[in-house]
Amino acid sequence: MSKILDDLRYADSHEWVKLEGDIATVGITDYAQHALGNIVYVDMPEVGDEVSQGEDFGAVESVKAASDLLSPVSGEVVEINESLEDEPELLNQDAFSNWIMKVKVSDPSEIENLLDAAAYAKVCEE
Amino acid sequence: MEENLIKTCLHDRHVSLGALMSPFGGFDMPIQYKGITEEHNAVRQEVGVFDVSHMGEVRVKGPDAYKFVSHIFVNDVTDAPDGQIFYGMMCYENGGTVDDLLVYKVNDEEYFLVINASNIEKDVKWILGNSEGFNVEIADQSPYYGEVAIQGPKAEETMENVLGIPVKDIAFYNFKTFQLDGEEVIVSRTGYTGEDGFEVYGSHAFTQKIWDKLMEAGVQPCGLGCRDTLRFEVGLPLYGDELSADITPIEASLSMFVKLDKPEFIGKEALALQKAEGAKRRIVGLELEGNAIPRHGYPVEVDGIQVGEITTGYRSISTGKSVAMAMINKPFDKLGTKVEVRIRKKTFPATVVKKRFYDKNYKK
Repeated sequence: MSKILDDLRYADSHEWVKLEGDIATVGITDYAQHALGNIVYVDMPEVGDEVSQGEDFGAVESVKAASDLLSPVSGEVVEINESLEDEPELLNQDAFSNWIMKVKVSDPSEIENLLDAAAYAKVCEE
Repeated sequence: MEENLIKTCLHDRHVSLGALMSPFGGFDMPIQYKGITEEHNAVRQEVGVFDVSHMGEVRVKGPDAYKFVSHIFVNDVTDAPDGQIFYGMMCYENGGTVDDLLVYKVNDEEYFLVINASNIEKDVKWILGNSEGFNVEIADQSPYYGEVAIQGPKAEETMENVLGIPVKDIAFYNFKTFQLDGEEVIVSRTGYTGEDGFEVYGSHAFTQKIWDKLMEAGVQPCGLGCRDTLRFEVGLPLYGDELSADITPIEASLSMFVKLDKPEFIGKEALALQKAEGAKRRIVGLELEGNAIPRHGYPVEVDGIQVGEITTGYRSISTGKSVAMAMINKPFDKLGTKVEVRIRKKTFPATVVKKRFYDKNYKK
């Protein structure tokens, strides 16, 4: 059974987001890392890139395949988790503490379009 | 799950081992059990076992068997000793590839062909369709045979000690038939991993029995995921990636298996012409700078213009490098040529290299 944290919001494409003020921290869920298997590469955006809700901002790659990352929020990338460049397997070890990017959001109300933990749990059961 | 997927005789074993199952070539096959990396390393360092019962088997028998096999197969089986195996292709008249296959020579009047799962129906039709005028019997024995591949440096000791099958004196690309449990079992020193290993063909009951013995002995079960990473690292082609109806063996850089000095075979004229004129494109290796991973279908560019595409690409498990096989137009196929691979929104510099990213470790 995959871990789901109660205080986060989720996209049905298996990204999580935590909004603090106007800064959103974004990562992939435990369900996603488990489904992907051994993660060998994270294709990350660059600081300063504009991202849009529902649009791809990079990819996570397992041995077998690449999987697009879709941004759960819109705004400007202000920080990326550089430790994933050398150690992408951190996502397998703990997907929730190893975030991928931080975004200064342009519209905090967008968060309401995302799933809460209970709704996301249902997505994972399907 | 998709309908009409065929289950191999080991399907229930895969499910109870908790394998990740996925459709491949019309079969519901195990992609991985523990993880591609662990399974890959088991084969490189010790031994692993694959269910390859999805592969097709066709027996060609009769007074014209030698003549007929020579007609449909690009490699040359002339004067081979009984028990030898040949790798090669069947080609269309235009040189495109019907399939790549192994031909086991039982004797001059009997050959055993091992073909790709995804091509069984097409191949059997092709083989039958070209057999007119030859005194041969052709039998598709795919439904009868199960097959396992035991691969890795400890494959020989596993065959001998766990399965009790004496294989020490079977040479590379040779086979023997054994009478085991009252049936004829074929054992060959072949594989698709670049390591020493054996492939065992028997009835479903026999295949289940040896699989269970291997599991009891703790041999690592390996899925199609690492079968692909292993064959890729040693530059072996996969039909659908490096070979297809649109790709000739010469374009696939496999001309060494096309014997143009043979008097006759289907596709000879087209292939001889292509060889003489030089193919306009060919499969090469690429090594990327950086960590991005090239995948099947990604464009290869020079100065922003597409000159080819990736056929298979991985982060090599054995070397850690991002490498690929790619079909590249001339003259950009030369070793050392600098190209760029488009991966999503960015391009990454890459160099044309030999399409062998890891040295084979066969026992010859």
